[in-house]
Amino acid sequence: MPPKVERQSMPVQDSDKRAENFDEVALGYSMEQAVLEASRCIQCKKPTCRDGCPVGVEIPQFVKYLRDGDLPNSIKALKSRNNLPAICGRVCPQETQCEVQCILTKKGLPVAVGRLERFVADWERKNGVTVPEIAAPTGHKVAIVGSGPAGLTAAADLARLGHTVVVFEALHMPGGVLSYGIPPFRLPRDVTQAEIDYVRSLGVEIRTNWIVGKTYDVSEMFADGFDAVFLGTGAGLPTFMGVPGENLNGVFSANEFLVRVNLMNAYQFPEYDTPLKLGRHVAVVGAGNVAMDAARVSRRLGAEEVTIVYRRSEAEIPARHEELEHAKEEGIKLKLLTAPTRVLGNEKGWVVGLECQEMALGEPDASGRRRPVPRQGSEFVLETDMVIVAIGTSPNPLVPQSTPALQTSRHGTIIADAETGATTMPGVWAGGDAVTGAATVISAMGAGKRAAASIHAYLLEKATVRA
Amino acid sequence: MFPIVETSILTPNSKLFKVQAPQIARKAKAGQFVMIRVDEKGERIPLTIADRDPGNGTITIIVQAIGKTSRKMSDLNAGDALQDVVGPLGLPTEIKKYGTVVCVGGGFGMAAMFPIARALKEAGNKIVAVAGARNESLLLWVDRVQEVADEVCITTDDGSRGRQGMVIDALKDVLTDGRKVDLVVAIGPVIMMRAVSKITESLGVETIVSLNPIMVDGTGMCGGCRVTVGEEAKFVCVHGPDFDAHKVNWDELMARLTVYQPQEKAALEKYQCEACKSA
Ligand SMILES: Cc1cc2nc3c(=O)[nH]c(=O)nc-3n(C[C@H](O)[C@H](O)[C@H](O)COP(=O)(O)OP(=O)(O)OC[C@H]3O[C@@H](n4cnc5c(N)ncnc54)[C@H](O)[C@@H]3O)c2cc1C
Ligand SMILES: Cc1cc2nc3c(=O)[nH]c(=O)nc-3n(C[C@H](O)[C@H](O)[C@H](O)COP(=O)(O)OP(=O)(O)OC[C@H]3O[C@@H](n4cnc5c(N)ncnc54)[C@H](O)[C@@H]3O)c2cc1C
Ligand code: SF4
Ligand code: SF4
Ligand code: FES
Repeated sequence: MPPKVERQSMPVQDSDKRAENFDEVALGYSMEQAVLEASRCIQCKKPTCRDGCPVGVEIPQFVKYLRDGDLPNSIKALKSRNNLPAICGRVCPQETQCEVQCILTKKGLPVAVGRLERFVADWERKNGVTVPEIAAPTGHKVAIVGSGPAGLTAAADLARLGHTVVVFEALHMPGGVLSYGIPPFRLPRDVTQAEIDYVRSLGVEIRTNWIVGKTYDVSEMFADGFDAVFLGTGAGLPTFMGVPGENLNGVFSANEFLVRVNLMNAYQFPEYDTPLKLGRHVAVVGAGNVAMDAARVSRRLGAEEVTIVYRRSEAEIPARHEELEHAKEEGIKLKLLTAPTRVLGNEKGWVVGLECQEMALGEPDASGRRRPVPRQGSEFVLETDMVIVAIGTSPNPLVPQSTPALQTSRHGTIIADAETGATTMPGVWAGGDAVTGAATVISAMGAGKRAAASIHAYLLEKATVRA
Repeated sequence: MFPIVETSILTPNSKLFKVQAPQIARKAKAGQFVMIRVDEKGERIPLTIADRDPGNGTITIIVQAIGKTSRKMSDLNAGDALQDVVGPLGLPTEIKKYGTVVCVGGGFGMAAMFPIARALKEAGNKIVAVAGARNESLLLWVDRVQEVADEVCITTDDGSRGRQGMVIDALKDVLTDGRKVDLVVAIGPVIMMRAVSKITESLGVETIVSLNPIMVDGTGMCGGCRVTVGEEAKFVCVHGPDFDAHKVNWDELMARLTVYQPQEKAALEKYQCEACKSA
């Protein structure tokens, strides 16, 4: 029997150094490590891992090609299901998706599917990307609203099937959260750019600076000859805490902070024109991926102290485990079981402190997590000169507001069929964060993929009815 | 890229641009704005759509040079292009028949006012325009406002045109000369809008202001433009820019405009220094 191979660990940039730069933290496997890791997969006949992947990546297949050193076929197998593998390999919560379902977890650690995916995608980027075969033009036109992972996936799939696809994006840069939210040290710009270029290479046209609901309406799309519309507008609206003092100078939504840094390159001010105001002691409220990113960016920009303020305990932290660990290694402090009650300011209107209350965990709530309850008389003041609020986002209402036939839920999400993505308006599909509320890149991609299949079937049926 | 088809210098510190943006020209309504980015490294800034020509596919914007971005833009001419223009953003001004409407404009505000005054006029209102500047050379678009207003009062601090004094004094006179005023609309520097609001509140005249906080995206996703109106936090780019003047928390808005002052000053100095070196 060959010696048992251990799960290969990911080489990372030294935590002292990386807290000062925006270069990628995880460095990626070497060829040798990748092949060793691939050899751990036992090539299950009924691969349970695949069931955990929202886009159904043929995991054993691409891993086998990699193991055998056949990278061209490995990337081909990977891309037959996943249009953005270099991104997924980096940001998918693999530990709760594909990897958790890997058979090896019964006895030890799962195959590092995400890292292998990243390796194969990076190999292709370095060695030249091949454009797959595209079906003959069908003559159908599809409009995609939003260029985040949901929109890009739907666009790529539909283009490969021969449809004419135009993506309308509100911002000046495509990518959605991939471009404006997730910082470059987790997802380098050239990686996102290359994946977007790939989608363009399939014939997809991306029109930036088009806000649907303002520049252009869904009803106009049908009048202009589009046969179907997919809405992948995300959940980009920031939620604030609703406590006194929240509009003081120095209080930012995580979105504003990350948009300034990632989309507008404020970290390179004054070479880039967008300014940024950084505090010496930054308090980040919330503990999801967004909060971790805001904290780690603050650290890199030179904040002396960064504290995450979270009302539950460490066990309930919603961020990916890896992100939390990286944040801790970079010196970010956690203030757990703590909830802000007021932002304190000076006479000039600037933040000087965050009044907080200690919490205790009570009975489980609807989400199954134990509900935090305030401890009377436990108020204290955290000294801080900058507060970043990262407690969640909700869908942007611009499209529903301008499209009366589209039904939304109480939470502002677009109502769509869970399987097909069809909305209450004929010819209109939706998916991703706009439907589910803030979720993950891969779930948005899964929704884009399912909607593309349903749109394709609808267009074929329409064509036969017409003929 | 959005080609600039025409420019003209209006006053020593403001310049008019006609920009090719057919889709925006088609959709824009009075009171709406665009976000622009001058170049790849530029910031996004909001500018009011002062006029539009759907036939030619152009929009007109007027820029007052105050900081780095507005100066960089002012250095462009016909034949150049803006990197990004997106819009029309914000809710249009509510146009209906009010009766007599007094339109108060300061600085670039008179140009921003023009489409609103025109639409209000078309809706059957009597328009009294009150325009003010430090001196005659700084007055903006008075001629165009004259086309749509029934009455125009001009004030300059030094008396070089119209009456000598502040816009506020002229407004006070209009409001107290015995006529019935149904609505005041004010656009301009925050200090001016706040002063207008104080007067009209004491006289009980309904007042709309078009607020101009610092913005980043202009689409509701950053919350940087938030102001307190009544008891609520509003995002000016999506809930505004028009609000009931008497409900705006002016102190907060003034404070929030200063967030980036040191950085803005440094950026401007650097830009001017580089500009003079290359000249
Ligand atoms: C800081 C941060 C970190 C995250 N980290 C992770 C992570 O590590 N792993 C993970 O899986 N997930 C992560 N997420 C969540 C993940 O990014 C989202 O779930 C995912 O991007 C949703 O994809 P989407 O396509 O539905 O929407 P988005 O990515 O939000 O894209 C929507 C796009 O639509 C555009 N748009 C909106 N309205 C209009 C309109 N009216 N007209 C035209 N265009 C419009 C927007 O500008 C945007 O570009 C993170 C999110 C954030 C904010
Ligand atoms: C809805 C809206 C419509 C606008 N329409 C016009 C217009 O038609 N023409 C025009 O010239 N300007 C307009 N403005 C103001 C314009 O956006 C600012 O002048 C511009 O952002 C300044 O950028 P800058 O880099 O040149 O100056 P900065 O260096 O950013 O600012 C210099 C100084 O100006 C002040 N300032 C910054 N931003 C603003 C602002 N948004 N409003 C007022 N003062 C500010 C600050 O106190 C700062 O210290 C509008 C603003 C809004 C919100
Ligand atoms: S796309 Fe994500 S969930 Fe699917 S296999 Fe790859 S890493 Fe796992
Ligand atoms: S479940 Fe694990 S071992 Fe089995 S095919 Fe999938 S990755 Fe390989
Ligand atoms: S400018 Fe970002 S929300 Fe208004």
